Amino acid sequence: MTPPPVDPPRLSSLFANFAAVGLLGFGGVLPFARRMIVERRRWLSAAEFTDLLALCQFLPGPNVVNLSVALGGRFRGPAGALAAVSGLLGGPVAVVIVLGAVYGRYASVPWVAHMLGGLAAAASGLVLATALRIAAPLRRRPVAIGVAVAALAGVAVLRLPLLLVLLVLAPAAMLLQRPSA
Amino acid sequence: MIAAVATLAVVFAYLSLLAVGGANALLPELQRQAASFGWVDPRQFADLFALAQAAPGPNMLIVTLIGWRVAGLAGALAATAAFVLPAALLTYTVAGLWQRFREAPWRKRVQAGLTPVTVGLVMGAAVLLCRASIHGPGTALVALAAAAGLLATRLHPLWLLGLGAALGAGGILQ
Repeated sequence: MTPPPVDPPRLSSLFANFAAVGLLGFGGVLPFARRMIVERRRWLSAAEFTDLLALCQFLPGPNVVNLSVALGGRFRGPAGALAAVSGLLGGPVAVVIVLGAVYGRYASVPWVAHMLGGLAAAASGLVLATALRIAAPLRRRPVAIGVAVAALAGVAVLRLPLLLVLLVLAPAAMLLQRPSA
Repeated sequence: MIAAVATLAVVFAYLSLLAVGGANALLPELQRQAASFGWVDPRQFADLFALAQAAPGPNMLIVTLIGWRVAGLAGALAATAAFVLPAALLTYTVAGLWQRFREAPWRKRVQAGLTPVTVGLVMGAAVLLCRASIHGPGTALVALAAAAGLLATRLHPLWLLGLGAALGAGGILQ
């Protein structure tokens, strides 16, 4: 892979740009991160971005957070990784702590509790939609559907530890299926 | 207090490395751990998850909120840092090697195997959250409408969350 066609961004620029992404990113940060990195700053080409994202989706941990670490590290080493990730998380963590404090204080007020009830139902529905969307490509793959149903039953019905579910199902799925591409 | 912060750090560092398939796939385990430590019950978990979704930023902020509930500001920061650090160190280390193994057959096989597991885990998260947040026909309708809204329209998810909150605040979901 060729190096990025720009001078490496400064630490302050990594911090500021990822901070903007974090604070603008309502309902999913990824599209905002892509726009900033590929279109506005041109830190990566579209293909390089997709490649780096594939790495971050392959590894454990929150994907966009990993992406900020990998990109900051590529440009400026450990200090760059720290600048990018603290920019990305600093603002949102502060916002959510304020929300948590308000929740702790007013959760017993009836209309606040009712509002949260509606919000929680909607948030659950959004996760359901996300699940259906990522399940759609498995439609004609019975083995994959079997693995997904087993994982669902393991964590949601039997309430098994995730480590156990992963240790049993991931190797089984790797042996049973052929890589698609 | 210090013991609580240390426990948070250890548990979330462990969860960081278990989070294959991203933050949503981790939710069932997070809910299980939070309940077993007596941090938050499933209903509070659904509330905190919703609050985190209403805030900007990566979809891992429920980790911060659980830390906050358990041990205040120190807990929030410890849980967040512990959840980010192990995966970040791994990413930082592996990023330089990625070109060497991204086309490797074992890499593709691992990914192909993990994908359906991730789908099942996110489906599990949806089931657990719906079970904890649907208490009657009103909330069921809100959840279904939000799901349909995300799948069938181009509405921003924040509007769908706002709609749920407004209907809830109006008291018509009870």
